[in-house]
Amino acid sequence: MRIFDPHIHMTSRTTDDYERMAAAGVRALVEPAFWLGQPRTSVGSFVDYFDALVGWEPFRASQFGIRHHCTIALNPKEANDPRCRDVLAELPRYLLKDGVVAVGEIGYDSMTPAEDEVFAHQLALAVEYELPALVHTPHRDKARGTQRTLDMVRESGIDPGRVVVDHLNEVTVGDVLGSGCWMGFSIYPDTKMSPDRMVAILKQHGLDRMLVNSAADWGRSDPLLTLRTAEAMLAAGFSDDDVDRVLWRNPVEFYGQSKRLDLGDAPAEPLFAGNSILRGGS
Amino acid sequence: MMINDVRAALADDAWLATAAAEVASRPAAIARAFAVAARQVGRDPLGDSGWTRDEAARVVLLESLRLPRSDLLAQVRQLYHNGDAAERRAVLRALPGLDVAGECVDLLADALRTNDTRLVAAALGPYARHLDAAAWRQAVLKCVFMGIPLSVVDGLADRADDELAVMLDGLARERWAAHRSMPEDALALLDRLSVR
Repeated sequence: MRIFDPHIHMTSRTTDDYERMAAAGVRALVEPAFWLGQPRTSVGSFVDYFDALVGWEPFRASQFGIRHHCTIALNPKEANDPRCRDVLAELPRYLLKDGVVAVGEIGYDSMTPAEDEVFAHQLALAVEYELPALVHTPHRDKARGTQRTLDMVRESGIDPGRVVVDHLNEVTVGDVLGSGCWMGFSIYPDTKMSPDRMVAILKQHGLDRMLVNSAADWGRSDPLLTLRTAEAMLAAGFSDDDVDRVLWRNPVEFYGQSKRLDLGDAPAEPLFAGNSILRGGS
Repeated sequence: MMINDVRAALADDAWLATAAAEVASRPAAIARAFAVAARQVGRDPLGDSGWTRDEAARVVLLESLRLPRSDLLAQVRQLYHNGDAAERRAVLRALPGLDVAGECVDLLADALRTNDTRLVAAALGPYARHLDAAAWRQAVLKCVFMGIPLSVVDGLADRADDELAVMLDGLARERWAAHRSMPEDALALLDRLSVR
């Protein structure tokens, strides 16, 4: 089995996790820029973090045979801190980098006017730099937050097929399904989704535009819940090909739209037709 | 294969030719070209030269800059500090061919502080002659410690001295005390230095 985790914060994880992930079949991942738990107080703190996402972390991943990509953005929570806002001026140079496959995580946390502005600005950057967008949905007031997210995506003019709306659940999946955006699900030990609930959603809504991630970070989370979801799919009667589609071909198709995925010597199984994962592709 | 042959191997790349000409007439154009170069020219190795296409293309772009030295220094520093790991490596490898004298030795020091084997190795090319003796010995020892082959160290045979031998010997004794081994190339170097 080959697994592409489309959302995991490896900066917060140990080499033990990398070892277990590689053994479980994780061959590639995307690490979105996000809130580190401790608030940042300056632009320099972001720059060092972004540099790690295009420098040190891919090197760490490579030691375990895992291809590391990232997304770059000012996250919604820190969009509310005026000390952090100036990082928006630093984003364009990062959005040109090879390992950067989307703008993200963007979206809403508390749905403030500041978040509106920063969200709209960064969707425009995604269009300008021809990158997909990874959109986080809020933990509080989630249903209305998801609605407002979809309104913002529509107003921005970005192709919804280049947007993933993440951290969905049973309540919010329906709206996103009809929007044309991709649907992201974070499988967590307690909060968010569980493997069995994820399988029920796949049964009800199909496999199109579905992305399953561990979103493992500094909280109580588990980088192997992608594998556990795959196992739950098989136990529920999905085929090996279905599992490969959800856990490999779908994320390759979505992030492949950046034309920057470099899967190198990832396993030589059939790749999704028409994606742009070849080295040097442009 | 020397850098001139490497450059020749990319001579028929239309994107690189255009980008290099643009950089020559408008230096600020290098910021974007440098970042996107690998996606344009590819990343395959150029034979057994030790160079990849993207690395060599970035060297060509840097050598296309037409700037007075002070401006060139500022541009090179900015490309390094704004670069991802591959861009930083390309800047380090380009330094011997740029008109910067020894002024960019701080970039080597930065790379040698990292724990990224690709950057440490790239810092020990011909430009490392500008490192002072203490920093250079520490860098060689760091290679041994990190398992980087000593063949990456330019001018190793000429510059290795008694003090390096003392440091290598100390590392070897630590390793043996812990029932661990030393890389073969480090032991061979220690042997050569000891019989001298």
